Amino acid sequence: MNRRERTIVGLSAALALVLGVTPTVSAMHIMEGYLPVRYCILWGVVSLPFLVAGYFSIKKTLARSRRSMTLLAMSGAFIFVISSLKIPSVTGSCSHMTGTGLGAILFGASAVSILGIIVLLFQAILLAHGGLTTLGANTFSMAIAGPLVSLGLYKLSKKLKINKHVGIFIAAAVGDLFTYCVTSVQLALAYPSAEGGVAASAVKFLSVFAPTQVPLAVVEGILTVVIMMGLETYAKAELNDLGYMQVG
Amino acid sequence: MKTKYKVLILLLIAALIAIVPLFALKGAEFGGSDDAGSQMVAQITGTDYQPWFTPVMETLIHGELPGEIESLLFCVQTGIGVGIIAFLMGRLVERNKKEKANAVEATLPEKPSIG
Repeated sequence: MNRRERTIVGLSAALALVLGVTPTVSAMHIMEGYLPVRYCILWGVVSLPFLVAGYFSIKKTLARSRRSMTLLAMSGAFIFVISSLKIPSVTGSCSHMTGTGLGAILFGASAVSILGIIVLLFQAILLAHGGLTTLGANTFSMAIAGPLVSLGLYKLSKKLKINKHVGIFIAAAVGDLFTYCVTSVQLALAYPSAEGGVAASAVKFLSVFAPTQVPLAVVEGILTVVIMMGLETYAKAELNDLGYMQVG
Repeated sequence: MKTKYKVLILLLIAALIAIVPLFALKGAEFGGSDDAGSQMVAQITGTDYQPWFTPVMETLIHGELPGEIESLLFCVQTGIGVGIIAFLMGRLVERNKKEKANAVEATLPEKPSIG
């Protein structure tokens, strides 16, 4: 699985380089006002249960051990930092990362939805980046779907006894990529192509987002591993509380 | 010690990935985000799409956010994040140091104090 994963990542990177010859511009979150009302409501409704679950999950974690607050704040801050850095990519355009992998691995996917929505609100209100009407859709892609994939991959890598850091790298990187896949599908659902419908449209949006995002996903994977190494060195007690240390 | 090198190497790789495109693709615009997606939507629907809702900030200041202000706000976001991480990390590192010192003290035979 390890080698296969690596092959897949390598192949997609190669594909990205080939596709990336045409300098395209990319988008991160879905722009304000760019989703028809019913999709705004739909994604909002879909995200809601995750947010509620996230709230209770955080409450439970903190009730179990108060000092988990430190790591929770760090996971949130990590998302703040990572998603504010716009990084140039091979396609000649900029994009930024999500940073949700760390929180997902430590606190579970639903807890990250709360952390993610804070960042999304900040960017939507102050930066006109993303939007309030598209908040539901963006929350779903960045703070729910991506973290779910990250967590799933992390658990899988643990089960397969892959090196922990390699597992974290894969989880964070693929989770980041998946966020963009979901964004593409969300846009495609709202704007199906005249010929080919939703699928063709999704491919079109993906071809805009994916090449830019692949290198950034790698960077995100690396940064997540780095901060995890730091925590393993200095925050053993907190990680123990979260049940992170004993598995490994 | 080994971890230290690993971290340094990883950070170096990350920085390289981020910086290389800037030099490899001279003259590229490195534009980004919002306009791009809208162009794609326009291409697919065939017409210029009119967003039905304008960002709160743009409504408030009657126009687009100036580029400099936008980067300022992005910096604020980064700053908040880095501040929290640095503060907490510093606390953890200090705590570790203290614990280590305490552990060393505990193992030392208390020769000087008994006297």
